[in-house]
Amino acid sequence: MARISIDDAVLDISGGEPRLLGSRCRACGTHTFPVQSGCVRCSGDDMETVRLGTRGELWAWTVQAFPPKAPPYLGDTDRSTFEPYGVGYVQLPEVRVEARLTEARPEHLKNGMEMELALVPLATDDDGNEIVTFAFAPSGGAT
Amino acid sequence: MSDVAIVGIGMHSFGRHDDLSGMEQGAIAVRRACADAGVAWDDVEFAIGGSRDAGQPDKMVPMLGLTGLPFQNVINGCATGGSALISAYNTIKAGAGDLGIVIGFDKHGRGAFVPSTPPSGGRDWYGGSGLALTTQFFAMKINRYMQQHGISRRALARVAAKAFRNGAKNPMAWRRREMSEDEILEAPMLSYPLTQYMFCSPGEGAVALVLCRADRAGRHARRPIFLDAAVIRSRRFGSFEVLAPSLAIEDGVGPTVDASRAAFEQAGIGPEDVALAQLQDTESGAEIMHMAENGFCHDGEQEAMLEAGETEIGGRFPVNTDGGCIANGEPIGASGLRQVYENVLQLRGDAGVRQVGGDPKVAYTHVYGSPGISGVTILSR
Ligand SMILES: [Zn+2]
Repeated sequence: MARISIDDAVLDISGGEPRLLGSRCRACGTHTFPVQSGCVRCSGDDMETVRLGTRGELWAWTVQAFPPKAPPYLGDTDRSTFEPYGVGYVQLPEVRVEARLTEARPEHLKNGMEMELALVPLATDDDGNEIVTFAFAPSGGAT
Repeated sequence: MSDVAIVGIGMHSFGRHDDLSGMEQGAIAVRRACADAGVAWDDVEFAIGGSRDAGQPDKMVPMLGLTGLPFQNVINGCATGGSALISAYNTIKAGAGDLGIVIGFDKHGRGAFVPSTPPSGGRDWYGGSGLALTTQFFAMKINRYMQQHGISRRALARVAAKAFRNGAKNPMAWRRREMSEDEILEAPMLSYPLTQYMFCSPGEGAVALVLCRADRAGRHARRPIFLDAAVIRSRRFGSFEVLAPSLAIEDGVGPTVDASRAAFEQAGIGPEDVALAQLQDTESGAEIMHMAENGFCHDGEQEAMLEAGETEIGGRFPVNTDGGCIANGEPIGASGLRQVYENVLQLRGDAGVRQVGGDPKVAYTHVYGSPGISGVTILSR
């Protein structure tokens, strides 16, 4: 069984550590996530694909306490087994990225805390591959 | 005085109506608005309609009479009703029509709106990952705002309790049972810090408004209410918006601030001139933040304003006098027009047990929705 990214154009897990892919505007230096063809700031269209940083600070957060609808959600939607998960924006050096958080307890989440990129399993596909998506975890291994 | 007047209003109640399509509710609202204005459907020179999930609006003409009138359809997320109103306003201002009707209706399934996903080539990674829920955005925005500006969870409950209290006084509202602040706080947490009763739900309903040239408003039965401003704005770089996979690191103002400023400029007045407001309350935190974003207070002042009851119907600055989205639900196509309907009632002095005292002369509406759009109107008499 292999582990596969939910979307290789968004989340690259081919190397030693997972990386999010974004765009950088060659004219003004503004970054976006995910990759896109035009610049949100200067309207330029000369964009390069870059790997975004993997560490940053939590900027805003909530906890998803009910199962999202499927589709589109690929994870567990069974109300009896669903585990709440955190959702937040993490300020990377380049851009603030919206992501799941591995921490779902409000008393353990605080704006400004250090976070690092991690992977979480979502589902198993028809070929037995484990589909993973990105999340941020509190730095220092606390989960 | 403005160039455009509202001379007729009609509504089909909000809520769940299993025996009626959204479009049938729209046609009922149209008949009521025409009757209110004292005009026949045949007198209406143009129509602008909006609906997200209840069908293409112009398909309702067989229910009303095939008069051949130009009928345009508008879809613009949560600002659909507001955009329809702006289109009618501009049509009359441009001299392309003297008497028109704006129609908003909708009928959504139960539960949260199915998330939409930004375009990308591969699998639906955004919704697939468990992101892309509008509830998450509203929760993150108010959670951050509460920490920055000292807003309490009690304040969130106060807003919801007020909505149900006002809804109980509104025969057109969906949720008409009053609820205590403690009951609201103790309800299941959907998205921290927001509980079940702090959120509005997708629903059903319809509103229609008859508009005409202001200098011809005297021909109609009702006291005319003037549309002094109608503005929509989309988001600019640096704003914090719903369904955004990433945000800029620099902070800018959101579309509500932009729309509000433009509307006040168009009307030639300021926030201090407004007697009451209907503000987008997708959840209770949104009403709190939108009070400041629309210029009615500074960040953080809401806590004391709510504690003192200033935004109650009997308070200094009533907000969401008809129960807002929390008590009425949100049929997207109709929601913004519901706010205008309520303000027309209030300015006519016809709001009954919900009537705001002090003989209000200016009233304000504001909608906000995906993907980061705001619409504002200012009405006067
Ligand atoms: Zn640029």
